[in-house]
Amino acid sequence: MEKVTNDTIKHVAALAQLEFSEEELAKFTPQMGKILEMAEELQAVDTTGVEETVQVVDRDTVFREDVPEKWQTREEMMKNVPDKSNGFVKVPVIIDKDDNQ
Amino acid sequence: MNFTSTIGLEVHFELKTKSKIFSPSPVTYGAKPNTETNVIDWGYPGTLPMVNKEVYRLGLMVALATHSHVNPVTHFDRKNYFYPDNPKAYQITQFFKPLAENGYVEVEVHGKKKKIHIHEMHIEEDAGKNTHGTNGFSYVDYNRQGVPLLEVVSEPEMTDPDEAVAYLEKLREIVQFTGASDVKMEEGSMRIDTNISIRPAGQKELGTKVEMKNLNSFEHVRMSLAYEQKRQQEILLSGGRVRLSTRRFDTNTGKTVLERVKEGDADYRYFPEPDLPPYHIKQEWVDEIAANLPKTADERRKIYVDEYGLKPYDANVLLQNKESSDFFDATVAAGADPQQAANWMNTQVNGYLNEKHAELKDIALTPENLAAMIKLISDGTISSKIAKKVFAETVANGTDPKKYVEENGMAQLSDESVLAPMVKEVVDANPQSVEDYKNGKDRAIGFLVGQIMKQTRGKANPKVINKLLLADLASR
Repeated sequence: MEKVTNDTIKHVAALAQLEFSEEELAKFTPQMGKILEMAEELQAVDTTGVEETVQVVDRDTVFREDVPEKWQTREEMMKNVPDKSNGFVKVPVIIDKDDNQ
Repeated sequence: MNFTSTIGLEVHFELKTKSKIFSPSPVTYGAKPNTETNVIDWGYPGTLPMVNKEVYRLGLMVALATHSHVNPVTHFDRKNYFYPDNPKAYQITQFFKPLAENGYVEVEVHGKKKKIHIHEMHIEEDAGKNTHGTNGFSYVDYNRQGVPLLEVVSEPEMTDPDEAVAYLEKLREIVQFTGASDVKMEEGSMRIDTNISIRPAGQKELGTKVEMKNLNSFEHVRMSLAYEQKRQQEILLSGGRVRLSTRRFDTNTGKTVLERVKEGDADYRYFPEPDLPPYHIKQEWVDEIAANLPKTADERRKIYVDEYGLKPYDANVLLQNKESSDFFDATVAAGADPQQAANWMNTQVNGYLNEKHAELKDIALTPENLAAMIKLISDGTISSKIAKKVFAETVANGTDPKKYVEENGMAQLSDESVLAPMVKEVVDANPQSVEDYKNGKDRAIGFLVGQIMKQTRGKANPKVINKLLLADLASR
């Protein structure tokens, strides 16, 4: 496994729109290293023939009926919105979208 | 040099539910922005999705109607991407274990039948609607967030734009007649993405694909694919290389415009949705849905033409949408003659709907009232001229035709014992017309009919008058 350096953490932080001070980097770099070492240990386990775990809850096929309900008003929903206009949520334009949905 | 095109299509259908896929927010079209949402739709921390059973039922109907293999176990996955219309920063979809796979749609193109296979279909949530302003800001409405979608992904088996459109028309018809979606492209309840690549004829390896998103009419699909075929051919013939890209169809110029070049497929870091359990679809449920599937358009077409004797054109007009076909079926079930019912549906009823920009569900006319009015015409109670007045009243106000005719004294006079003396009186009073008729002037009959109609204030049944007149004249 590639060694985790301050530069690795800086790169991941930038992707997550975060900024860390030098002291924080000194703390996070070894922590992240330990987490990845732990993951590497787990990868050593032989999982041949073991079905992947998708859910830890022992339930399946939980449905609700198709009954519409009004829970919150627009005013309630908008309480945490920093910028709004005519009932819309106002955000900076982001054009470069691969909206592959 | 000849080229072969390879076309694949991805179609999103908005499923016709009352509430959203993972929350009980109402599903509406055209509501004020952000009024039909709740904390689940907005992805508030601590909220959990819960699957709407109706979404599965409608999805299974489409799967069965397209001969697809229903997966007995399905689960949901997270598709991660950041964009303001996606409040959780992931979309819940089905990537690893979709609802159904390996279906097909049979189409007829250029006189040949062809099966176009469906790779898979899966259910997922729609995103909100992002409107870009001119001031550096976008405006987001989350009403559409969480509306259930069924995405149907074809195999890349179509080779020209006509095949692609034939597939879309057939798929639209199938989905509409299951009742799973109202497939209104203008409202976004059917949306189309296309993929097209070309390669020299005989070459095994596929060319580089170009994607076009959110095409909102079949004609635009046809035009954009035809344009892309030509554009890509010109690139290859001039020794160039087609780039993996997403393009947009410009409706004003009829050309496709580059939106972005892809470096490869986007990495959405799919992983199983931890907030939802796996879904085991019991065979009994699938069988029950299969047993209750509505008649397909093809089955209805066969009944209309073979059993009712309708012309294929009239049958196809009735089958333009499920509502129209259902209304016609109910009118016939209420006792109307099928040919008469088809004539009224395809002319007067459609004319009224076009004039009012309305749908059948929006107007006061019922199949029972239309059938009652048709019966009044066929049993001679009212003339076709009077029927138009009765129809105008019934379609506008839902008035019972029989009652309306009785209350307004609109019934035709068809009783021969009442009409015969009137006919005799008119003929006796017009010896010149009798003479003219005997001399071969058929117009004389028209004059005599007019006189009787005048006497009865237009209420006499013209058929009965003609019959009585001819009998009277023959006896003189």
